[in-house]
This record gives sequence, C-alpha cells and structure tokens, in this order.
Amino acid sequence: MKKAMSLVLALVMVFALCSTAFADDAIKLGAIGPITGGAAIYGQAVKNAAEIAVEEVNALGGLQFELKYEDDAHDAEQSVNAYGTLMDWGMQILVGPVTSTPAAAVAPEAEADGVFTLTPSASSPSVCTNTTHVFQMCFADPNQGIGSADYIADNKLSDAIAIIYNNGDAYSTGIYEKFVEEAAVKGLNIVYTGTFTDDSATDFSTQITAAQNAGADLFYLPIYYTPISLIMAQAAAMNYQVKYFGVDGMDGILTLEGFDTALAEGAYLLTPFSADKDDELTKNFVAKYEEKFGEVPTQFAADAYDCVYAIYNLCTATGVTADMECDEMGDTLTAAFTNGFTFSGLTGDNMTWAPTGEVSKDPMAVIIENGAYVSAK
Amino acid sequence: MTFLIYLINGISLGSVYAIIALGYTMVYGIAKMLNFAHGDIIMVGGYISYFAACSFGLPPIAAVFVAIIGCTVLGILIERLAYRPLREAQSLAVLITAIGVSYFLQNGALQLWTSNPKVYNSLVTLQPVSLFNGQLVISGETIMTIAVCIVIMVVLTLLIKHTKLGKAMRAVSEDKGAAQLMGINVNFTISMTFAIGSALAAVAGVLLCSAYPTLTPTTGSMPGIKAFTAAVFGGIGSIPGAFLGGILLGIIEKLSQAYISTQLSDAIVFAVLIIVLSVRPTGLLGKAQREKV
Repeated sequence: MKKAMSLVLALVMVFALCSTAFADDAIKLGAIGPITGGAAIYGQAVKNAAEIAVEEVNALGGLQFELKYEDDAHDAEQSVNAYGTLMDWGMQILVGPVTSTPAAAVAPEAEADGVFTLTPSASSPSVCTNTTHVFQMCFADPNQGIGSADYIADNKLSDAIAIIYNNGDAYSTGIYEKFVEEAAVKGLNIVYTGTFTDDSATDFSTQITAAQNAGADLFYLPIYYTPISLIMAQAAAMNYQVKYFGVDGMDGILTLEGFDTALAEGAYLLTPFSADKDDELTKNFVAKYEEKFGEVPTQFAADAYDCVYAIYNLCTATGVTADMECDEMGDTLTAAFTNGFTFSGLTGDNMTWAPTGEVSKDPMAVIIENGAYVSAK
Repeated sequence: MTFLIYLINGISLGSVYAIIALGYTMVYGIAKMLNFAHGDIIMVGGYISYFAACSFGLPPIAAVFVAIIGCTVLGILIERLAYRPLREAQSLAVLITAIGVSYFLQNGALQLWTSNPKVYNSLVTLQPVSLFNGQLVISGETIMTIAVCIVIMVVLTLLIKHTKLGKAMRAVSEDKGAAQLMGINVNFTISMTFAIGSALAAVAGVLLCSAYPTLTPTTGSMPGIKAFTAAVFGGIGSIPGAFLGGILLGIIEKLSQAYISTQLSDAIVFAVLIIVLSVRPTGLLGKAQREKV
C-alpha cells in the first residue's frame, strides 16, 4: 500500500515538473502598481490597459503572455515585497512599478536579478539611474522641459515667454531648469520668471502683473493644475489675454470641480496621449477601454498599453522563448532594446531608448477647445 | 502706475490677512489663548458657504448666514469639548490642544470632502472699480473685504467698550478669578468670545475663498499663519493693530515680490517682523504691559 502510494506521488511529481517546464509556453509578465491607496486611479488604469493589451496579443496566436498584477499601494516597501512575490511566481519581464518612489526602490532589485523592466509611468530620473535593465515608457520629468521648449520654438507660439514655477517642488523645478537650457539653445525669449511655493500658491497677482509689464504673450506653467486654475482666473480678472502652455501636471484641469473651463480655452498642454486622436490605434483602444471599464482611458492607461506592445515587438524581434531564465532573457532584450529598436504606439511615434533608460519621443501637444482636448498640429 | 498696481495687490492680500487677524486678536485679547484652529474654522466656513451657495442654490447673503451659524456652533463646540477642560491647565497644554484641533479639522475635512480642490464662485457681487482708463482695477472682493474689516473693527470696539458682555470680557481678560468673584460667568463669557471669533472666521472664509477661489482642506492653514503674524506685527490683542498689521504685511509681501524677488518675499516679511518686534516688543499698536512677578 505504501509502495503504491509513493509510486503515485512520484508520478504526480513528475507530471507536475513536466507541466511547469514544458507545458507552459507563455512568457510571464509581472506588473506592479497601486490599486489601493491615494494613487489607486493610476495603478488601476495601468492594470486595465495591460489586461486589454495582453488579451489582444494572445489573440494574435503567436507569442503568448501570462500577466500577473500585484498591488503596492504606492509604497516602496510593499512594492519590493510585490516584486518578491512575482519572482517566486517565475516572472520573466516586469511592467512597472507605476509610481516613481516605489519604482526607484524596485529598480535595483530588478537590476540585480537581471529582469528586463519597463515602467509605464514612473517619470522621475532616479528610477533608471545606475541600472542597465530598467526603462521608462513615459517622458522623464526633465525631458518635458526640453520637449515643451522645442514645441514652442518649432511652432513659433510666442515672442515673449513668462514662466511661473513652484520652486519648492522637485518636479516643477526640474522641468523649469531644462526648459530654460533648451530655450537658450532655441533662441526663445523669456521675459519674466516668477516663483511660488505651496505656502504662497493662492495669490499670483504680482507675478501676473510683472509678466504683463514685461510684455509676455505666453505663460509657461510647469506646475500642477490647481495653481494653474488660479493663475487663469486671476489673469482673466485683470483683463489680460495671454496664451498658456502647461505640461502633464496640467492634465486634470478640465475635471476640476466648479472650474470655468472657458478660462482654459486655447491653452496648450504637453501630454503623451490624447484620447480623441483620430488614428485607428487610438480609436480602437479608447473604444475597447470604454466598453470594458466604462471610462475614457488616461495617459497612464495608454502608457501601459504601449509597454505591453513594445515588449511584444521586442520579444518577437529577438526570438526569446518562454523557457529562458529571466536574466538571460533580460540581457537579450536589453541589448536589442537600446540597439536600433523603435516603437510607435499610442503615446508617440518612432520611440527609441537610450542605455540610461530614458525614452526619446516627440512631445504630443493638445489644445483645449470647447472644454475638451484636441490634438494640436 | 505699476507701483500703484502692486500697492493695490498688496492691499487686497492684506485685507484678507486683516480680517483673519481680527479673529485671532479678539480671542487672544480676551481668552488669552492662541487659537491655532482659527485658520481651519475659516476653511470649514468656506466649505459650508460653498455647499450652501453651489449645492443648495441659496443667495449669497443667505449662504454667508448659514456659514456664520455653522461656524459659531462649531466654535462653541470646540471650546466646550477641547479648551474648557483645560481652563486651569498651563497655557502650553492649551496651545498644543489648539494645534491638535487644527489637525483634527483638516483631516476631518479630508475625509468628508476629499483633497480634490473645489473652485469657489465668488459670493461678492460688487463690480470692480476701474481707474485711469482701466489700467488700475480694484476688484469687488477687495473693496468688500476692506469695508467688512472696518465694520467689524467698529462693531467689535463698540461691543467691548460699551456693552455688558464687553465689560465682562474685559474683566475676564484682566483676571479670571477676580471676575468670577464679582459674579461674572467666566465660562459663558469665554464661550461667547469663541462664538464671536468663529463667526468672524466664517465671514473671513467667505471673503478669502471669494478672493482666491480654490477650496481644499488646507486652504485656511497658511493664510491663518500669515494672519497670526499680522496680528503679532500689529500688536496682538489690539483690534486696530490687527487691521494695520494685516494691510502692512500684505503690502510688504507684494512689494518685495515685485521689486526684490519672488523667492525671498516670505523671508523679507519675517525679517521685517523681527525688526519691528525687536524695536517694539508688543507690536505696532500693542500696549506695553508690565509683568507682575
């Protein structure tokens, strides 16, 4: 009886081993992001879009993906734990983490294990410094400054620019510094620079008056949408007609409760994704997302969708297979990724990646018309 | 002309500081305690008037009255639950409690109304005044704030100088024990002080949000601290001092932003405060008091 039992158990074991080693031919994609806590909307958007993309890829019938998503509640420690859980599961490629602080904590771990990592939206430069296997799908913060200076110069939007930024905030200051550098290169004329901090983010009358006296015809605002809404209201109260140019922090201004969207009419903003774009890819994605989740996808969702497709293209191009170890796969993918790989998706055309991990893509500007984003040409 | 524009900007900002400082100075002058939750009662006043005007569609005057009633009740409750049990405790304990109440209100507001900012539609219907062919615009909010400040100053002075309640307040302010022996209900008098202070906070909340129309749970905290500075600058406990201090603080802040640096303006404001206090330790209009040992 005992012998028979052990024989059965041994058979079961052999069968189990076979099934993990041979029967499973899908590449294991791990993803980490907050689906609880204060940043939950970002992680949820990434989860939703990644699911759509994996479903589509698997339906193509070629290379198969298996997706597992772990919550990190926008917390660095929980994110590292989530990474451990995914590694135990047998993750081969990592999509995420979604937010910068957790991503900066997970990146050295992924680097040590040699896992190819592509974060959809962790935009801080600290995420991919000192790593070779970690890449960003979104613009790094400083690149937004360069991107917007180029856009303003190339489209000749302004002869006299006024900048108001938050000098108590690393995001705002980082973008501002790069903008000024690039503006000097492009010969843009900056006539006024004003600052504020979170403590003085209510009254902008002095900055606006000074900018008006300096003859500014465009406000460059690398700040979040709440102070932008105040600047717009205060400038309007002073009968000062001026153009506005914001970066991704301005995304959200139209949904601000009680905000008069007429104030933002004609404002430009730099964002990697606009849901109303008229190409097949965007229309298809937006329709699917709306049908499945009942809302218009954000830039976070678009970044995640692009991540899965970039990984799919990369895997197909390099011919990696599901039975490879994660570090061997990571080295192969990394080498190919920084060496002539280009990707066009929802958030940009002809993107390439530098060995530092930053993406290079053209900024996409949208303009606010009748209370909605319209792609600017 | 540009100087005039900056000056008007400074007066606009200063008038908001002044109206908040009046509440601070009134409570300090009588109850001898710094009510650090004052700024947060202002925030609550902002929210109440926001919902009254935007969600229930009440006319501005009615919304202001709802906010005044709401804040008065809140002020009396806070005094009853948080400050009265500490009446005999040392002043440091009361100060820390006030900071605790401030955080309680902020976090309560976060729970109730979330951190998403609300855009406040001005309840002030006064038209702006244009001078010099429209080069200089004084907003309706500024005119209203200054007018309300002056009315409050006059009414408060009359109340404290010429009514029975005012007499009791002055007595409590000078010596609680002796006032009680003379048959004054000290607890009632201090409750009334908080009620009036909180009603002023509601008015300040409406005017603050009308002038700077974003409403978040932390809306009141920074203006509260600046207004406290203004009250100290003008001489804490002095009602005209709070007005003068608020207006001067606003002007100094705006002119240093305009002519020196936007980054250094706060540093300059506080440097001026230090200089004034080192020359006049009781503030500009404060009474020199001899400490009895």
